[in-house]
Amino acid sequence: MERKEWPLWEVFVRSRNGLDHKHCGSVHAPDAKLALQVARDVYTRRQEGVSLWVVQADHIVASDPDAKPELFDPAEDKIYRHPTFYQLPDEVNHM
Amino acid sequence: MYTQALDIPQQNTEAKGPRTIENPAYQAEFDAKIDAGGYIEAKDWMPESYRKTLVRQISQHAHSEIVGMLPEGNWITRAPTLKRKAILLAKVQDEGGHGLYLYAAAETLGVSRDELLDALHSGRAKYSSIFNYPTLTWADIGVVGWLVDGAAIMNQIPLCKCSYGPYARAMVRICKEESFHQRQGYDLLLTMMKGTQEQRDMVQDAVNRWWWPSIMMFGPHDKDSTHSAQSARWGIKRISNDDLRQKFVDATVEQAKVLGVTMPDPELKWNEARGHYDFGAIDWDEFWNVVNGHGQGNVDRLAARVKAWDDGAWVREAALEYARKHDARDSQAA
Repeated sequence: MERKEWPLWEVFVRSRNGLDHKHCGSVHAPDAKLALQVARDVYTRRQEGVSLWVVQADHIVASDPDAKPELFDPAEDKIYRHPTFYQLPDEVNHM
Repeated sequence: MYTQALDIPQQNTEAKGPRTIENPAYQAEFDAKIDAGGYIEAKDWMPESYRKTLVRQISQHAHSEIVGMLPEGNWITRAPTLKRKAILLAKVQDEGGHGLYLYAAAETLGVSRDELLDALHSGRAKYSSIFNYPTLTWADIGVVGWLVDGAAIMNQIPLCKCSYGPYARAMVRICKEESFHQRQGYDLLLTMMKGTQEQRDMVQDAVNRWWWPSIMMFGPHDKDSTHSAQSARWGIKRISNDDLRQKFVDATVEQAKVLGVTMPDPELKWNEARGHYDFGAIDWDEFWNVVNGHGQGNVDRLAARVKAWDDGAWVREAALEYARKHDARDSQAA
């Protein structure tokens, strides 16, 4: 595969144990090892994390923004999936 | 500000990118989102002119961060103590990081990193005029932190709420880090002001040279700023150039008193009726001269930047070649 630029990697940081890795930005790097190194320098200069993930950007499969209605609207009218849908007597409402 | 060159006529810095098809239904949806104060994300439909404006603005901003490393980097080896050297190294590294956050945000709009860098290196793209002034003494490093980064913060805080999500998120990260830059600069100057008369004179001299360029960073007056109205409509610009400049002047004049320096402006005085400081006329000829490439440092800055890029070419190529070799080996093994 002919590459002129270093490929793009998405960077995910776990800020401390007990929390999820969260997307925080992207870097260019020639391979995975250097992507981690660059991500450390760019995104964790102030103890922002205890663990890093890097994923080559073109390996991420994203939902189509035009498909937002069919993907996400069906959840809109299912309010019975939320605990607040159910009105209980005051004495037991902390349930 | 860092993107003040938006006010000069459009040059062909635009790289190729996905062309958006004009569509009235999409346009209405976009307008509604902007009006509601919502965010536009990378894959959302956007008008071509919105995309182009953002590419110009974010890339100018990124270039400014990268070129901004040069006037300060120039003092790393001459920092007076190990503590100050460590601080300056951290600050310059931050500026590099800020440039990278911003290039990544610009790339979400469909331009490549190499295209953006090529526009800078070939002189087609602009960066902030402030970085074309020389840093002559150690006091300049303090004044750059206090005034230049101070002005940048003033401008960048409203950008944290701009309508383009990736830009807004980059700005949140940058603003968090920028506060350290301003405070270390002021701290450096306070230390010098407690020193000898010669050191105090050095601080005053640096303030005299940086004051006007700093307030020019906010860009032309509102009445002369050609892109402001459209950018305000799009939620890219939340506060006008003149309002931000006034806010900056009001804040820094008080800080100058604590420091014990004066601003080189005889017309600077408190206006009770307005509740603001009045200040003298800005020399816009000088401003445009520097923006258009005729400042003291334009040629040197760009040459230093291009040299760094060219000198690093073999490293980039070697790293890619190494990655290719390993890809090939991995696919053979598979």
